[in-house]
Amino acid sequence: MFEVSKIRELFPILKREVNGRDLVYFDNGASTQKLQSVIDTVSNYYKEENSNVHRGVHFLSGLATDKFEETRKVIRNFIGAKFNHEIIFTKGTTDSINLVANGFRYLLKKGDEIIISELEHHSNIVPWQMCCEHSEAVLKVIPLKDNGDLEISKFESLLSNKTKLVALSHISNSLGTINPIKEFIEKSHKVGAKVLIDGAQAASHMPLNMQELDVDMYCFSAHKMYGPTGVGVLYGKEDVLNKIPPYQGGGEMIKDVSFEKTTYACLPHKFEAGTPNIAGVIAFKSAIEFISDLGFSTIAEHENYLLKYATQEILKIEGVKIYGTSEKKSGIISFNIEGIHPYDIGVLLDKMGIAIRTGHHCTQPIMERFNIPGTARISLAIYNTKEEIDICMESIKKAKQMLS
Amino acid sequence: MQKIEEIQKEILEDFDMFEDWIQKYEYLIDLGKDLPSIDEEYKTDENLIKGCQSRVWLHAEENSGNIIFSADSDAIMTKGIVALLIKVLSGQSANDIAHANLDFINKIGLKEQLSATRANGLLSMIKQMKLYAIAIDK
Repeated sequence: MFEVSKIRELFPILKREVNGRDLVYFDNGASTQKLQSVIDTVSNYYKEENSNVHRGVHFLSGLATDKFEETRKVIRNFIGAKFNHEIIFTKGTTDSINLVANGFRYLLKKGDEIIISELEHHSNIVPWQMCCEHSEAVLKVIPLKDNGDLEISKFESLLSNKTKLVALSHISNSLGTINPIKEFIEKSHKVGAKVLIDGAQAASHMPLNMQELDVDMYCFSAHKMYGPTGVGVLYGKEDVLNKIPPYQGGGEMIKDVSFEKTTYACLPHKFEAGTPNIAGVIAFKSAIEFISDLGFSTIAEHENYLLKYATQEILKIEGVKIYGTSEKKSGIISFNIEGIHPYDIGVLLDKMGIAIRTGHHCTQPIMERFNIPGTARISLAIYNTKEEIDICMESIKKAKQMLS
Repeated sequence: MQKIEEIQKEILEDFDMFEDWIQKYEYLIDLGKDLPSIDEEYKTDENLIKGCQSRVWLHAEENSGNIIFSADSDAIMTKGIVALLIKVLSGQSANDIAHANLDFINKIGLKEQLSATRANGLLSMIKQMKLYAIAIDK
């Protein structure tokens, strides 16, 4: 039996006050709060286990290495990958995308095409622009419908044998749209294109299976999954990752180094130059275990209930417009109130102890598409409650009254 | 013309009367609403101070050593603080503006409005106002 009050006990920060009120944390799309077990694992690592990984012959190095590699196994199971070495540890989703985009500079040639979409986060736009600048490949963009869905028919017309890569988000951080990525992947593969999915907003909300999706590359961040900051994952099919040249040079990523010729290590080490965020990777396992133990059907049930309730309640407030009304939506509500700037809403809600995000959410093309300066965004997580939504709605009404 | 210090002192006295943050913010919102909009011709990209969250337009004119500011913002809270800054600085001598110590913003409890994370263009606006003054003062 799922009890949200028991879940809340596991997140120490949820007990604190902000501006004299109990914190209501609705900025989970930006970063989730951290589990006590994650905090304890980080702390215990530095107290009891600290040492560099994959290097020493001594006891602590072996211990740290085992724990570090244990997380890799846990993630492989969590996302249904075929091999452990298909899991690359990075700093986060942005880093994962940059790793791939940098590599594709060398794999693409003039006239090749990359397809992205209008609803991408800047981190799934700018790396590809940089990639195109270097490789002289061309960037194509799938347009957005008014409800926040992508125009699949337009996507089909963009696909051709020139398409080498399709990079899409699984869930839009601004609009909450859950893209039908399986369909995009199948269609892309028919023209021989590889597919990268930005799963930053998806990995803590829905089950993932890389082999079922048949996706070539998939990226996500630990800090949006109740885990530590500074840890991310790039999943890639073995043969795809083998074709991508190394991103950064340094220790650990080499086989042999001489001034005449250096050869690179095998996967995953080829892409993990330098000392990684060892404590973060080890603690990430605690976050994955929390999500796995809870199970995605429980998570989806609770979060969908909150989304439905919050949507219904916010629409009762006169002048509210929600951006992103796809039938398949994750727990994200982007909204504006007629005649009011989202920044003003954010500032006043903050004074009432409520953390939401305001602005363009690093998705300026979406804001331009809807001709708005930004939105106020509520993004939900497993520890949020119906009561918190009630408090937020009352606070929005109060803010609206002050601003009108 | 009252001196910058005197105007700041008056603002502090006004804010002292408020019992809670709601009254304070409502006052700011009213100031924002009452601030005369900047002439459309001055809402140019050149006069735009970009914040990630809200935008500020600032126009300055010199009148025999004094500087007249007009400004606008798309967010009303930002505009309220803009109105306070104009109240304090507009019409003052370039030299006084260049050397003004604007500590009233801290003292009335709006420091967080000027933090970098708010990215609302206010910090850049103050900097820009002083830069105008320094340029003219020379």
